Amino acid sequence: MRHLMHSMFGLLLVAVLAGCSSKGGTTEEGDMAAVDERGTVAGEGAVATGAAGAGTFQGMSIDDPNSPLSRRVIYFEYDSSNILAEDQDLLVSHAAYLAANPGQGVTLEGHADERGSREYNIGLGDRRVQAVRRVLELQGVSAQQITTVSYGEEKPAVEGHSDTAWRMNRRVEITYTAY
Amino acid sequence: MRDMFRSLLFVLLFHSGLAQAALTIEITQGIEGAVPIAVVPFGWGGPGAAPENLAAIISSDLSRSGRFEPLADRDLVAHPTSADMVKFQNWRMLNVDNLVIGQLGQTAAGQYTVRFELFDVYRGKQILGYSFPAGSRDLRRVAHHISDLIYEKLTGEKGAFNTQIAYVTTTGSGKGKTYTLLVADSDGYNPQTILRSNQPLMSPAWSTDGRQIAYVTFENKAAEIYLQDVASGSRRKVASFPGVNGAPSWSPDGRRLALTLSQDGNPEIYIMEVGNGALKRLTTNPAIDTEPAWAPDGKSLVFTSDRGGSPQLYRIASWGGQPQRLTFEGKYNAGADISPDGSKIAMVHGNNGIYRIAVLDLKSGVTRVLTDGRLDESPSFSPNGSMIIYATDEGNRGVMAAVSVDGRFRQRLSIQAGDVREPVWSPFGK
Repeated sequence: MRHLMHSMFGLLLVAVLAGCSSKGGTTEEGDMAAVDERGTVAGEGAVATGAAGAGTFQGMSIDDPNSPLSRRVIYFEYDSSNILAEDQDLLVSHAAYLAANPGQGVTLEGHADERGSREYNIGLGDRRVQAVRRVLELQGVSAQQITTVSYGEEKPAVEGHSDTAWRMNRRVEITYTAY
Repeated sequence: MRDMFRSLLFVLLFHSGLAQAALTIEITQGIEGAVPIAVVPFGWGGPGAAPENLAAIISSDLSRSGRFEPLADRDLVAHPTSADMVKFQNWRMLNVDNLVIGQLGQTAAGQYTVRFELFDVYRGKQILGYSFPAGSRDLRRVAHHISDLIYEKLTGEKGAFNTQIAYVTTTGSGKGKTYTLLVADSDGYNPQTILRSNQPLMSPAWSTDGRQIAYVTFENKAAEIYLQDVASGSRRKVASFPGVNGAPSWSPDGRRLALTLSQDGNPEIYIMEVGNGALKRLTTNPAIDTEPAWAPDGKSLVFTSDRGGSPQLYRIASWGGQPQRLTFEGKYNAGADISPDGSKIAMVHGNNGIYRIAVLDLKSGVTRVLTDGRLDESPSFSPNGSMIIYATDEGNRGVMAAVSVDGRFRQRLSIQAGDVREPVWSPFGK
């Protein structure tokens, strides 16, 4: 039926437009690639921004692989948003950097493992980024510097249904952004 | 053929836009007492081959309901296509209670007439008879409609075959991962993509009239809720607040949308007027409050909260007030869907690291686990309340499965390519 063909064409068109609109931003495409690579190649996609001003940060450059700031993923226990003792210092380092560089923004991406319902896992990822946000803000980072997003179980760092995969997927990723 | 664990396999081929995909419906757990029925291949009065095998569609529908056991083609003793050709004693000998016959005729190019009759074999009487005009693209839907009429006549319950299912698939991995939101017929045929993205798509929710689907998309690198018109594909953004924008659920009157927002610091349930976007916050608790589902009378919602220490289901009046806890069995109860009559809640029920679909009967308070997977999720009632469709894991792939509300009949619907998740059954009347 022509009518049906028409509406199907409409659907396709919308899908295409949706695809286009998500590329509207200036560095969207690069960012998207970065999202998928993060976790394996820590921070490579987002480094470009920090590198421009790297010289002025007195050895605290975020692209220095020897700096604690090069570690940008922290992990969580099952159904928990408690920040592990070993990650406290790391967050304090990130906070110090951000507090000293109020022009620098950061995105906190919360993730959960695949078990249980998807929207509850979005809630869990959100609770994890809020826990990290609180630490950063207590250390003097301004709320305006922080953007949060929870992907729940939708973007696993490691595919699979094993304890190991789940452990790697319960995480918050810290991404430096232009601000 | 009436074994508890008989295994029937239908392999059905369909076109999916660019790629051809195969849908397999495998009945993984049968039911004792499925009623034998004979569905005779319909007569065809046009030139060449018939454009559609209507009897096969009807037979597959009835079989998938778990309530009927259609005779295999080879067991059909005769192929009557009109009432005067039916010899009831033949069918009585086969112990079939009911007989379906029909005729497909062509009236013009691409225009058909479908006539069918349902007989009570023991009384030797026609108990249903209809004729429908149909275009070639409507033939499958006419067959589903006939299945609905037969099902209702014989069970007293409305059929849900002429309905649709929305679901999300992912294909590819890493950078090349694609998320697709599709709408297909209730038997998996005719899948149509309504949105494709390289960022996650989730939580599709049908409006009560079946015309729109609300969903969550991350295409702009943040959670946003859109409402999309299914037929035209036009859509509009209704929520893009800081943080979580999730779990949309339509009120039965279609005027409000319950949703989860974390703009105030943690996930809370809000109700939005769809017309003007006005928001009212429903919950106030430092816990995660999410996954609202409206009761069919619109007076209350069931939602997930971990305010008691672990995720459990609670009920709250749609005007607010103090929530009441509903689930006490098991460490994990989330992702509620309320049955169309409001008497049952389907949910993800977790115990000892195993997540299955369970149904809570609100009258008796009894919780019954219906499935046997390890990572089952996203239960959704059929609009007649007889089946629950859900997502399960097969090997390392997500697939759809359906289970009868009494747990006695189960089937798996696997699409050959990609990972399938979050199936949601449409309402009636599309």
